[in-house]
Amino acid sequence: MTDDLAVLQAETETALADAADLRALEAVRVAVLGKSGRLTALLKALGAAAPEERRARGAALNLAKDAITAAIEARRAALEAAALDARLSAERLDPSLPPAPGPAGLIHPISRTIEEMAAIFGAMGFTVGEGLDVETDWFNFSALNIPAHHPARADHDTFYLPGTRDGRPLLLRTQTSDVQIISMLNQEPPLRVIAPGRTYRADHDATHSPMFHQCEGLVIDRAITLGHLKGCLIDFLRAFFGIASLPVRFRSSYFPFTEPSMEVDIGWNRRTGELGAGGDWLEILGSGMVHPRVLANCGLDPRVWQGFAFGMGIERVTMLKHGIADLRPFFEGDLRWLRHYGSSPLAPAMLHEGV
Amino acid sequence: MKFTRSWLAAHLDTDADLTTIAETLTRIGLELEGIEDRAAALAPFRIARVISAVPHPDADRLRACMVDAGDGVPVSVVCGAPNARTGMMAVFAPPGSFIPGTGITLKTGRIRGVESAGMLLSAREMGLGEDHSGIVDLPEDAPLGASYAAWAGLDDAVIEISVTPNRGDALGVRGIARDLAAAGIGRLKPFAPAPVAPAYPSPITWKIAAPEACPFVLGRAVRGLKNGESPRWLRERLTAIGLRPINALVDITNYFTFDLGRPLHVFDVAKLSGPTLTLRPGANETMRALNGRDYVLGAEDCVIADAAGVQSLAGVMGGEASGCTADTTEVFVECALFDPVRVALSGRRHQITSDARQRFERGIDAALMPDALEAATAMILELCGGEASAVAAAGAMPARARDARLRFSRLAELGGAAIAPDTAVASLAALGFSQVARDADSVTVAVPSWRNDVAAPIALDQAPGLDPARAVAAAEGCAAIEAECDLVEEVLRIAGLDAIPPVSLPVLAPVPPASLTEAQSRTARVRRVLAAQGLVECVTFSFMDRTRAAYFGETPAALTLLNPIAADLDQLRPGPLATLALAASRNGARGYADAALFEIGPGFVAAPEASQRAIAAGLRSGATPRAWNAPARPVGMFDAKADLFAALAVLGVPMEALSVTADAPSCFHPGRSGVVRQGPKAVLGVFGELHPSVLAALGMAGPAAGFELFLDAVALPKKRRRAAPVLSAFQPVRRDFAFVVDATVPAEALLRAARGAERTLIAGVVLFDRFAGGALGAGKVSLGIEVTFQPVAATLTEAEIEAASAKVVAAVAKATGAVLR
Repeated sequence: MTDDLAVLQAETETALADAADLRALEAVRVAVLGKSGRLTALLKALGAAAPEERRARGAALNLAKDAITAAIEARRAALEAAALDARLSAERLDPSLPPAPGPAGLIHPISRTIEEMAAIFGAMGFTVGEGLDVETDWFNFSALNIPAHHPARADHDTFYLPGTRDGRPLLLRTQTSDVQIISMLNQEPPLRVIAPGRTYRADHDATHSPMFHQCEGLVIDRAITLGHLKGCLIDFLRAFFGIASLPVRFRSSYFPFTEPSMEVDIGWNRRTGELGAGGDWLEILGSGMVHPRVLANCGLDPRVWQGFAFGMGIERVTMLKHGIADLRPFFEGDLRWLRHYGSSPLAPAMLHEGV
Repeated sequence: MKFTRSWLAAHLDTDADLTTIAETLTRIGLELEGIEDRAAALAPFRIARVISAVPHPDADRLRACMVDAGDGVPVSVVCGAPNARTGMMAVFAPPGSFIPGTGITLKTGRIRGVESAGMLLSAREMGLGEDHSGIVDLPEDAPLGASYAAWAGLDDAVIEISVTPNRGDALGVRGIARDLAAAGIGRLKPFAPAPVAPAYPSPITWKIAAPEACPFVLGRAVRGLKNGESPRWLRERLTAIGLRPINALVDITNYFTFDLGRPLHVFDVAKLSGPTLTLRPGANETMRALNGRDYVLGAEDCVIADAAGVQSLAGVMGGEASGCTADTTEVFVECALFDPVRVALSGRRHQITSDARQRFERGIDAALMPDALEAATAMILELCGGEASAVAAAGAMPARARDARLRFSRLAELGGAAIAPDTAVASLAALGFSQVARDADSVTVAVPSWRNDVAAPIALDQAPGLDPARAVAAAEGCAAIEAECDLVEEVLRIAGLDAIPPVSLPVLAPVPPASLTEAQSRTARVRRVLAAQGLVECVTFSFMDRTRAAYFGETPAALTLLNPIAADLDQLRPGPLATLALAASRNGARGYADAALFEIGPGFVAAPEASQRAIAAGLRSGATPRAWNAPARPVGMFDAKADLFAALAVLGVPMEALSVTADAPSCFHPGRSGVVRQGPKAVLGVFGELHPSVLAALGMAGPAAGFELFLDAVALPKKRRRAAPVLSAFQPVRRDFAFVVDATVPAEALLRAARGAERTLIAGVVLFDRFAGGALGAGKVSLGIEVTFQPVAATLTEAEIEAASAKVVAAVAKATGAVLR
């Protein structure tokens, strides 16, 4: 390399080192490699060189150009990296700042329990039936073998409304058992129906609410026995509470619309509230084989069709499952309670995800 | 129903312990409510003799006693009671025993230098009343060293069961004993009272003028009696089950009410007018009953009357005027059979609950009447002296020839139980169902007179409109098998339901079909989308107070409860928005004013008849959440609209087909609310900010905005196969337009016009700006829209874009009078 090229290269490298930003860098590049740059000028002068020198000079110029170009690009990369660092540093935010509050909606525990019931009974072939909150005394009582004078009517603390429908007095249904009647009148058996819904009784204290929820169940077929009643309810209770060995006890009882009738208890610990162990029994639902009069009232011949029915308090099983002590907050809409016991809308009850 | 262990033993010969009895009762359907075992707390206390009682050497008010608690070893006890004296019999608590009245466990100690190794007890210290004037002073002959509780008759556990409405027979101790014997824990003792020979003709005769209410009645007088206090055993039994002993005659009627389930009534003969008691309908007469209240008895009530008027409301409660008192010397005992339905209705009409009504309305044992009257007469003679009259009777004991047949196969077919025929027959026999006939497949039994619930007359109330042939077949089927179901129940009850093997329901389909209908699934999705919008689900009451309900809709009388439980829960709500507003108000009062709530539930309408609509409602109150990067702002109409439209979208409503009108109900701000319509008629929902006067009435400080979505009004989307999407290969072009338009023109009209200007080309129209004021002048607004042109065949040329833009401007101008800004 000739001296002039060495000087140019050295001077360029010095200028590059002094270039503090990309604009200064560009000025250096133009001064050397631009149209009127110093190296460009030397290249132009190559043609005037003697032929025998031209070859060596040309090679030297190319080497110098490559070296200078590489130096410029190296400097450019360094400056760009520095500029990016500066920008990133300037853009820095406190990552501990809270994110914007997202939607925080929740599903009420009663709805959640109803969903779980629909999922579990659905797997056993049940569909979900519906009744009316404002019902006639025929659907709520008479059709269910509770005639006007029956002592059970007095036990129900019924709310009455002034009007009539089909000539029968109107009331707020005291039980979801009306859906048994609706189902048998509107569908041909075999039937497997559950009916969760609102029910009403004139009773208000720590353990009673004037409005509450029940879930009715009805199975009608030709050869359904009390053994199926027991199997179905044991299957449900163990799935619902998630305790495969949950003790379940059946006791004789009486309901006007079933015969034989039975109360169903589950095993728990009265002191701790723990389910499934502890040696105590807790009444959880009523059930029985559908009474022949109820079948006959709905036009089903009890010699042909038989089955079972059950009803359980939705708040009651919800309280047990989640360890909720007091009934009243279910209906108060207190945000603090709802946030504590509500469930995510993005985790609906699905058997394959586990209820 | 309460009874004591010893009372049960009067009818049941058993050595079963209390726990076994309790478990058996529950198993056979006589559910145990509780056992009160007073003896348990008194177990350590023994009868002792005070050998000596001298003044404490170092304390004026204390006495130093030596006590013999029965084991012959004198014990030193310091006692503060003024009545402690040498030679008395008292109750001694040894060290280590728990004193119920003070809650202290005794320890041996020294009181001012004198050892005290136990305690002499007052009644209060034993938890047996308030008497604390001194220690219990027992009679001289009280057995030294014996358990005080046993000696005092307090070791008799009180058992309480709940009796279901079908089991009138279990409202007597004898009926309970019979069930327990059938369940295998003892033997039912015989009951066959010896007849009492009559000493004189009955001074009172019966006349039945209401045979449908009283088919059969017996009565008998006893004269020359003394109606004093009952003996201790009777008083203790009544007290134990919560009855107050009154006098011997009244106590005897109460005793048989609970012993045999046989209510009796006693008239003081001296207070009756004339020799005849007539059973007849009431004639709007007033009677003061034994509870001291006056009742007006009408034609639907059966009364017992003498010449002076009504003396008793049959089967429910007697009258005060002819009641027995300490002065009574001649009594007339009534033992009647009353129609259960009439008694139930009378009792309900007059709101009288009595032990008699409770038994009559469930049906009593008619065949027991003569024996029960003999037993009662004998007890009166025994306790009160005197002599008995002949029996006066009217009517006739109903013929009872009810048989029931059980096919043994039904035990498995209905009951799912494998029970041997002999076992079934034996269970029935033990319950009093005597065998009439039996073959290999079945048994026919006579139903005992006390089981009015078995093989009862069939009363159907069939659905109106059933196919007649079907209704008849169903009724015949019921008549054919109901009694058999009764017997299956009895056999299973005694065998125990736990013995029946559970069987899972047969699988109908390997993969079960959906359990929800399409409409139910859609409701579930609305619930999830509203929660995903940030609303918290509530379940509020379907009723509320009428005044506040009126802010949210109609409050017709047809939806006002006849018997509300509270004045503020008297009206069925127009919709859940109303009760959500109350919930938001309550949250505000608790300091949580920023609420976002929703509920899916019924709203009620009166016309054309009382019915209900399924409604999803949401309400936001206060402000949006405060955050460092997004300031809080008051909630408003468009928050509610966004929630409502999110729900409509998830329901599959064609959103472009919806229109919004500004005629929302009056609970909303008239200028900040809307009605969502589909087509000319269907109203799918309403939304808006709550009216300031509603907020004020509910005590809500901040703004609130809500909606109601009428789920039943939203049609199910049509099921059709969707066409494949058009995925154009050509670039879309977006153009902005700003229109100046009258402020009264709905933005929706402008957007719709723009959308429709060139349907094949315009893929979307977005309103990105709304501006009022400034140079526009009053009554004008500027609306900025972005229109997306999406070509499918070729890239748009500048000329084509211009042409399409011109169409947009023209269409908007034509529809709304808007001009390009």
